[in-house]
Amino acid sequence: MIRFLLRRLVTMAVTLLIISALVFFIIKLPPGDYLSNLIFELRAQNDNASIAKAEFLMKQYALDRPAWEQYLIWLGVMPGPNGFSGLLQGDWGWSFEYDKPVVDVVGDALWLTLLVNLAAVIFIHIVAIPIAIYSATRQYSLGDYFATFIGYIGLATPSFLLALILLYYLNRWFGISIGGLYDAQYAGEPWTWPKIQSFLAHLIVPTIVIGLAGTAAMIRRMRANLLDELGKQYYVTAKAKGLGPTKALLKYPFRMSLNPFIADIGNLLPHLVSGSVLVSLVLSLPTVGPILLGALKNQDQFLAGFILMFVAVLTVVGMLISDILLAWIDPRIRMGGAR
Amino acid sequence: MRYDEDLMETLMEAPLLSIRQLTVDFHTDTGDFRAVDGLSFDIPKGRTVALVGESGSGKSVTAQAILQILSKKARITSGSIIFNDPTLQAPVDIAALKPEGEAMHQLRGGRIAMIFQEPMTSLSPLHTIGDQISEALLIHADVSKAEALRRTMEVLARVGFPDPKRALRNYPFELSGGLRQRAMIAMALITRPSLLIADEPTTALDVTTQAQILDLIKELQAETGMSVLLITHDLGVVANVADDVVVMYRGRVMEAGSREDIFRNPQHDYLKALIRAVPRFAMAENERLTPIREVKSATLSRVHAPTRTEPQGPILKAEGLTKCFTLRSRRFFGKPRMIRAVNEVDLALPVGKTLGLVGESGCGKTTVSKMIMRALAPDAGRVLFDDGTGPKDVHRLEGDDLTAYRRSVQFIFQDPFSSLNPRMTVYELLTEPLRIHDIGTPDERYHRVKQLLDMVGLDQRSLRRYPHSFSGGQRQRLGIARALALEPRVLLCDEPVSALDVSVQAQVLNLLKDLQSALGLSYLFVSHNLAVVDYIADTIAVMCRGYIVEEAPKSSLFRNPVHPYTQALLAAVPDPDIDRPLDFAKLRADRFSNPSEWPEPFRIPDGEFGMMREIEPGHKVRFGRAIAQEAA
Repeated sequence: MIRFLLRRLVTMAVTLLIISALVFFIIKLPPGDYLSNLIFELRAQNDNASIAKAEFLMKQYALDRPAWEQYLIWLGVMPGPNGFSGLLQGDWGWSFEYDKPVVDVVGDALWLTLLVNLAAVIFIHIVAIPIAIYSATRQYSLGDYFATFIGYIGLATPSFLLALILLYYLNRWFGISIGGLYDAQYAGEPWTWPKIQSFLAHLIVPTIVIGLAGTAAMIRRMRANLLDELGKQYYVTAKAKGLGPTKALLKYPFRMSLNPFIADIGNLLPHLVSGSVLVSLVLSLPTVGPILLGALKNQDQFLAGFILMFVAVLTVVGMLISDILLAWIDPRIRMGGAR
Repeated sequence: MRYDEDLMETLMEAPLLSIRQLTVDFHTDTGDFRAVDGLSFDIPKGRTVALVGESGSGKSVTAQAILQILSKKARITSGSIIFNDPTLQAPVDIAALKPEGEAMHQLRGGRIAMIFQEPMTSLSPLHTIGDQISEALLIHADVSKAEALRRTMEVLARVGFPDPKRALRNYPFELSGGLRQRAMIAMALITRPSLLIADEPTTALDVTTQAQILDLIKELQAETGMSVLLITHDLGVVANVADDVVVMYRGRVMEAGSREDIFRNPQHDYLKALIRAVPRFAMAENERLTPIREVKSATLSRVHAPTRTEPQGPILKAEGLTKCFTLRSRRFFGKPRMIRAVNEVDLALPVGKTLGLVGESGCGKTTVSKMIMRALAPDAGRVLFDDGTGPKDVHRLEGDDLTAYRRSVQFIFQDPFSSLNPRMTVYELLTEPLRIHDIGTPDERYHRVKQLLDMVGLDQRSLRRYPHSFSGGQRQRLGIARALALEPRVLLCDEPVSALDVSVQAQVLNLLKDLQSALGLSYLFVSHNLAVVDYIADTIAVMCRGYIVEEAPKSSLFRNPVHPYTQALLAAVPDPDIDRPLDFAKLRADRFSNPSEWPEPFRIPDGEFGMMREIEPGHKVRFGRAIAQEAA
């Protein structure tokens, strides 16, 4: 097991290295990044102070060096103008657009994003699994058709549209503003109890909006998986033993049908950060999605690079977690060589 | 005399289970049908009743009705199932109980237990054997978890697990098929039920394992005094283990009686036909099986073999074929293991004859046929094919020669369901080989397909239909027609009848025989069923663990089997003849499939191959080192 983990960690590191190179060079590829534009503007003003500032910025961020050196400095494996200072040292760089360190731009938003999306994921599972079990065990019943119908509507509704509708009507009927993640008065305040309450109240709508499409998809997939497993012989065996229907269902077919979902964790984690961009924009949630969008548009290289790397780390860690979980719950995978 | 009195007493006593006028209806999208139609029979205490019939006769549905685990589409519409269990105060009518009611849960698994055909799929791969077996006890008895595990170990030891303590933590896929079925039996018996329903318990197992499992069920029955309802299509199994027999056809009882009556004096035409359709040992030289529904072909008697130069020697020859496979280790980091699937196999197939290749699952027989077909490359040795111009190494053929070889050697598959593309019509299926090899105009192809259909006894009107609208036997005939489309010389038949019912099996075997004599075909016939091979083959080669252990013309093989493995194999086949019962005692020792445990002079230690030696004309046997050295 330890050797397996070590091997996986080494592959993870290599994968991340390759991703970091891709991320850096792709961001660099189109001409006209934020800083070059700024420097160009400063030079155009043609006064000495501005030119000096431009020169200073060039030096400060090693923009006068070749691209591969910039990359290595960004990573933190080559001394830059400030010595070793890159991702590896925990220095995530400077956002030119916000004129703040990346940590300060992203910091809060990152955790809020994770929270909002985690809430959505939990919502999806809590709602979808019981409905899926209900509709699989009562296939082609009225309830199944109803769940299927709702599911399709959920799938077909664009979530930003739903967000707009909720935004409008909730305000009109109940007079509550659901934009943002807490009431405006708490912005910049420390996390006090009233602020947390306000946060939780604001969490409900984004959770439902972001979770709805996922719920519908999950119901359909879970139902199909379960239906496959319900036809299997071992389920008949369990029933022939005298096991009650619910217990037999949960112990055998349900557990078998979970595999694809556990394998999916690797995709789920990065989705927590990069998904729901549109909804965040519409509901003006202070999450990472809109920041990433802006950073990419303006080629704010360190900010965009950091967010993308963060997503990449989540992906790789998610894959590792799902592999370990799969081996844990499924002996066929654990023992290998199984038929 | 004493025995008769006992018997009378048993019969006088109320039966354990008595089914009266049971009717089960299915409601499906394509219409309703009656799977069980007014069925009545009794299961006396302590006896084994065999329920016999073809697939679709309603025998499994009857078993499901007794346990109330019918599919959602099925319903017991009338009749009664009176269960007179000694532990209950009064007899209960199972048919009147709610399927998910408390009373039914108590009976199901507690008083009536069931074992199934496929021991692999009947156990959950995610739970240990110990968990699944002890669960049955925990549901029905008020015991602690530790006590349940202790009892599980006891019952595992009783059903023949060598190391019960370790078995508790084993997963089903770590066990062989035989051990899995033993685990199923342990699971059924741990609650000491009074009725065991065994639905085709040995159909998926090898013959030697089958004999051991049947023996085990008999022993346990004698110990516990339970009754057994044995559902099977194999009359050989019935003749060996049943006390009473009920023959079903289309949901009704055709005939019922004691084993003696049924086999010595069958009354009903259907039963007589069923008995005649089963291949037996010691059939007369030219005796033909009589299928229940004979295939009729208008043209088969008139077709002639295409004129072509025939080879002098054997048409197909294998010399020293060897194939190794690398397996992933069972453990996470273990070294990969090498398995010698095929060891120095020599075979020769004469023109117009049938060579039978017999062996249990995993013995390498399918690997041999794949290497002959050139679907796998051998690690050593060669395959020689002679089309009349001299023998050529099949694995060196290229270009046109290879295409010609592909035309000459065709394959018939085991599973008639998955070997036909469900999205192609019969016409497309049968013309596909012609199109691939670019033979004939569309008109000529159409005529050829019509001719082929007639040869295998199918109606011309089937051309536009899809495979799903045919029965298993008809599909296998389609497979044969497709194999014949290119006028091959050799057919490789890999278990072509093992997925078919006995009645249909006889039909397909007869068809293969007729086609051989009409078209001058040569067959390599791979099967695990000795009786079937005996019926169709001229020469038989017995394979075990990748070795050919004995090869002989069929008469001398059955008259004088020399190798211990061949003897065990022959002894393990249940014969549908109650005067030739299985010798269970002889089969108990599980040593006959391990070359290093064969008695001298046959013993082959690991790393050696032994050698084949002719003991009488055409009869070759593999011996171990002693004889090999003597010969050298």
